[in-house]
Amino acid sequence: MAAKLILSMNGAVLKEYPLNKERMTIGRKAHNDIVIDNLAVSGEHAAVVTIMHDSFLEDLDSTNGLEVNGVPTKKHFLQNNDVIEIGKHKLKYINDQITQTTSADFERTMVMRGSPVGKPPAAKAGTMKTQASGVEELVEKTGSFDASGSAAKPAAVKPAAQGEAGKAAVVQILTGANAGKELELVKNLTTLGKPGLQVAVLTRRPNGFFITHVEGAKFPLVNGKELTNQAYQLKDHDVIELAGIKMEFYFKG
Amino acid sequence: MRCSVGVTMKLEDALEMICQTHPGMVRSHNEDSVACESACGLVVLADGMGGYNAGEVASGITVSVVTTEVSQSLQNVNPTQLDEETGDEYGVLLLRDNIQRANASIYYAAQSQPQYAGMGTTVVAGLFYDNRVAVAHVGDSRLYRLRGESLEALTRDHSLLREQIDSGMISIEDARLSKNKNLVTRAVGIDAKVDTEIHVHNVQVGDVYLFCSDGLNDMVEDEDIQSTVYAMQGNLPLAMEQLIQMANDNGGRDNVSVILVKIKGRFASQGNWLARMLNLFKK
Repeated sequence: MAAKLILSMNGAVLKEYPLNKERMTIGRKAHNDIVIDNLAVSGEHAAVVTIMHDSFLEDLDSTNGLEVNGVPTKKHFLQNNDVIEIGKHKLKYINDQITQTTSADFERTMVMRGSPVGKPPAAKAGTMKTQASGVEELVEKTGSFDASGSAAKPAAVKPAAQGEAGKAAVVQILTGANAGKELELVKNLTTLGKPGLQVAVLTRRPNGFFITHVEGAKFPLVNGKELTNQAYQLKDHDVIELAGIKMEFYFKG
Repeated sequence: MRCSVGVTMKLEDALEMICQTHPGMVRSHNEDSVACESACGLVVLADGMGGYNAGEVASGITVSVVTTEVSQSLQNVNPTQLDEETGDEYGVLLLRDNIQRANASIYYAAQSQPQYAGMGTTVVAGLFYDNRVAVAHVGDSRLYRLRGESLEALTRDHSLLREQIDSGMISIEDARLSKNKNLVTRAVGIDAKVDTEIHVHNVQVGDVYLFCSDGLNDMVEDEDIQSTVYAMQGNLPLAMEQLIQMANDNGGRDNVSVILVKIKGRFASQGNWLARMLNLFKK
């Protein structure tokens, strides 16, 4: 159950607002998530940012400010049963759910705190030293970064060719001016046709080769059957027909 | 289909934009967040980081703050209008201010709660107006532009690796093997202030803009990204699906997010057009 705010005035409950958005604004103007139509309330008075089970209240530079449990405040980490006061209105924060903690998921992308804000990103000469110290600082801060780096993070590698995609495949043109020509499917994506007019693509995936219609009035035919919007997995000796040209797909060797 | 030069279209007719995010093949949850607001020409993509579930919190806050605040403000100001104080266009200012606003929200939350300590996010955001795009970025999420047949990165990663490449310490080839791919030098939410890099580029009819998280460009070679966007520019949903599929086919070790924006027509700012007309009369 989401946490909520209960709006009341002079002890009478007016409305309940579940905190179901990451950021909810409170103010006099109609576009706020919680609208309090009272002149003591600024157009955009405050915002509540909810992060999982926690909510944070911040004053959006309102004219009359706000109080939490009787204390004027600009920013506040809301606790169950806190009472926010804006003018004569009160908002009670209810969050009685049990906090759940999952095991820490070890992080991948990390921030290197070495570069102070304002410093140009590409430091030129002598960067080796500053960068090295940057890394050290990071090691200290996180305690989990392996500076020597081992193989924990392999770089982008193409998957080893395997299965049908490992086999070389060819499209041979059967009709038209280029009849007899062979097109070897060495790239991950081979375009047939011309962008803007009629295009189909042949894609190489780990589990084989596929043909997909991209654009154009007519869908390509495979063995005389029109393709749908779905990619179609090509089989040995399938005959493709695109813009009147027939071609045959086959595996080599 | 094509709009002749000089004719101005409504923003949402001039731009085709779509976005998608996928957890990838390895990770249990998705720390990326994306949004596109076609009515005001705004796209935002963020790739969060931090233990617990803090990464998706940080990226979520950033995307929601920037989209709601910028689209809200655009109802009242023209992005081409100049701010008297800074001399910047409002389009640029709105991106900068609201990324700063998101930064403050995340920073405060991280300061007050130990389990969110150190959480942060990258962000890349584009605001299309007046035949231009203002591009704001922090960290290693990227924007590529396909113009004609060539795909060009319009953002420069704020990462250790990029600094090393730029300073000549490491070649682009060796960079592929680097263990430092995941070290960013700037992020939203880790300090009280964030330094957002913003540039404005002219757009041309036919351009395709690709915003992505590193889950795409770490897993898929630029060459394959280029051939996909080029071949499939006539069918953006298919292009998006294909890009995500390629990242996943290659291992899908990270969350992968893609936003595609295609320029279908010119979209001169109304205010600008008016100003130009008025100038004509003045002469």
